[in-house]
Amino acid sequence: MTAHTISYQESTARERLQRLFDAGSFEEFLPPSERVVSPHLGQLNAPVAFDDGVAVGRARLHGVQVYTAAQEGGFMGGAVGEVHGAKLVGLLRRAVLDRVAAVVLLVESGGVRLHEANAGLIAVSEVMRALLDARAAGVPVVVLVGGANGAFGGMGIVARCANVVIMSEEGRLAMSGPEVIETASGVEEFDSRDRALVWRTTGGKHRYLLGDCQQIVADDMTAFRAAAHAAVTELSTASAALTLDALTAEQQLLEQRLARFGAMSEPVDIWTALDVPDAANLPMLGADEFIAVAATHRLGV
Amino acid sequence: METLNYRFEHGTRRLQSSPQVVGVVGSGNLEVLIEPAALNGACTIAITTAAVGFGPIWQAVMRDFHGRWLLADTRISINDMGATPAVVSLRLDQAVQTMLGDAS
Amino acid sequence: MDWKTLANTLFPQGHAIVERDDFLSGDAQVDGQTIAIIGTTGHTPIGVEIALAQAQAILHTVRTAPGRPILMLIDTQGQRLRHRDEMLGINSYMAHLGKCVDLARRHGHTIIGLVYDQALSGGFITSGLMADACYALPDATIRVMGLPAMARITKVPEERLTELAQSNPVFAPGPENYWRMGGVQAIWHDDLPTQLQAALARPFTGDRRSALGLERGGRRLAQPVIEAVAAGTPWQRHDD
Repeated sequence: MTAHTISYQESTARERLQRLFDAGSFEEFLPPSERVVSPHLGQLNAPVAFDDGVAVGRARLHGVQVYTAAQEGGFMGGAVGEVHGAKLVGLLRRAVLDRVAAVVLLVESGGVRLHEANAGLIAVSEVMRALLDARAAGVPVVVLVGGANGAFGGMGIVARCANVVIMSEEGRLAMSGPEVIETASGVEEFDSRDRALVWRTTGGKHRYLLGDCQQIVADDMTAFRAAAHAAVTELSTASAALTLDALTAEQQLLEQRLARFGAMSEPVDIWTALDVPDAANLPMLGADEFIAVAATHRLGV
Repeated sequence: METLNYRFEHGTRRLQSSPQVVGVVGSGNLEVLIEPAALNGACTIAITTAAVGFGPIWQAVMRDFHGRWLLADTRISINDMGATPAVVSLRLDQAVQTMLGDAS
Repeated sequence: MDWKTLANTLFPQGHAIVERDDFLSGDAQVDGQTIAIIGTTGHTPIGVEIALAQAQAILHTVRTAPGRPILMLIDTQGQRLRHRDEMLGINSYMAHLGKCVDLARRHGHTIIGLVYDQALSGGFITSGLMADACYALPDATIRVMGLPAMARITKVPEERLTELAQSNPVFAPGPENYWRMGGVQAIWHDDLPTQLQAALARPFTGDRRSALGLERGGRRLAQPVIEAVAAGTPWQRHDD
């Protein structure tokens, strides 16, 4: 790490937008000054945020105009409520209308905002549909996962609907949080305080090896910016839409994953099965070293 | 939740920038939305806070803030989740500095 | 409702549906045409296997039965909560299922969901909620999470949540609230075969659930916010 590294994880959503994209290029849609806040949090005595936890708009990435959203993990864990979800849907629909080069989503979220329960669940579903509509219309979607809260719940599903997922090792991508699993099924099932286990199970390196993320970078704004730019550039020459062939290939990947690893309970055993040398030491490797080691062993579509 | 409203007169500094927001509504933190507004020269501050019963402390912090910057025709709105007075002052100053640094 | 009773009621012209490990698959005759049936029963948790099984059945239908309508029957207690499923990437299996539903639609298959017993959160977010439209029986339970768990995670007292769940559309479980919010297209009260035929005949015109939520009064901000962002129009306050 050089003295000039800026952590993606420790940046706020708005700082990430300022630092990821070309200086001063971010223009916000429905900004906080419009005060479009949650209509549901008040009844639970919970504070609101003027942007309901997500900033959406457009920005330039090495001169290329993209549409973007950044979820603020510090507000309600980045979870999706009625307004928050609607901002994401509006952004994705506008991306289609304006035929933008790509949508870049900076995901940091626990998923459905439980304080908004039913409204949150439908909202996340609408985001999923809007993302796939964007892809079908030729607009590729790139998802970045590197915040402290990870991408969980419905947003962990949304992430895997995108064309490309870029993660840092610090990022986590999953469905249910370890605390929820521990509460439901006991500490023997998943000890949520075993941080090393949590990251082996849901962290960027494991997802990269399994093929659930396509790029892994250091926790550094410059690295995320470069990876996002590379992804947008590569996607500009390909079709963004889902195809039967691609889904068939993904289904085979998931079938094989289940067949090979379905009986395992420790991620290191999976990495060993992938013939990764010194698998137990993978968590200790820096990003570049890890990528080099993983290159010939990782799975992926 | 508690709401508090303050209005300060006799300010002299008008801010030219578009609205800005600093901070995050998380535990021990707050967000400050600051924008120019036609208020007959006044600076108004509206606070919604999860920490109830700290009126006098907010009053002192706001008075000190106004004394530092003497803003005029400025509207400030705050969503607070239990920030300390030091953090509140910091965010308010950051908000003004963001306006000054981003004179657009 | 038991799935066999449901099938006998829904498909008076006959059906050939099998159940294995709480996974339902097969086909049925509706108004002279064959429709594909894919679903779950036994309030099963949705883990990687059953998510994959549903996705396999959908792609199989797309490959072998062009244009065949698909009905997803939903009864689940939500996503399976196990370390092993997270390790394998259950979110990916769920996303894959959702993408298969979306692809089937784009390949010309009418695909609808019916919650006939329970539907919780992750258990139906990539099945019923990805379908052209989701329907429900009147006695179905649809919810995000059980109240005790919700209380623990939100730190809102369970008594308060229970109180809200009595009448507040955001918290009350049940098809009526999902209907009001636009998440459920319609509740099938009687004459299920006729309801099914009407649902299969309904043309798909995009995801209009936010507009429905506004029309029906259950979600008053989603549609205006979507429009404001999508069109870039200045915000007009929508006071409740």
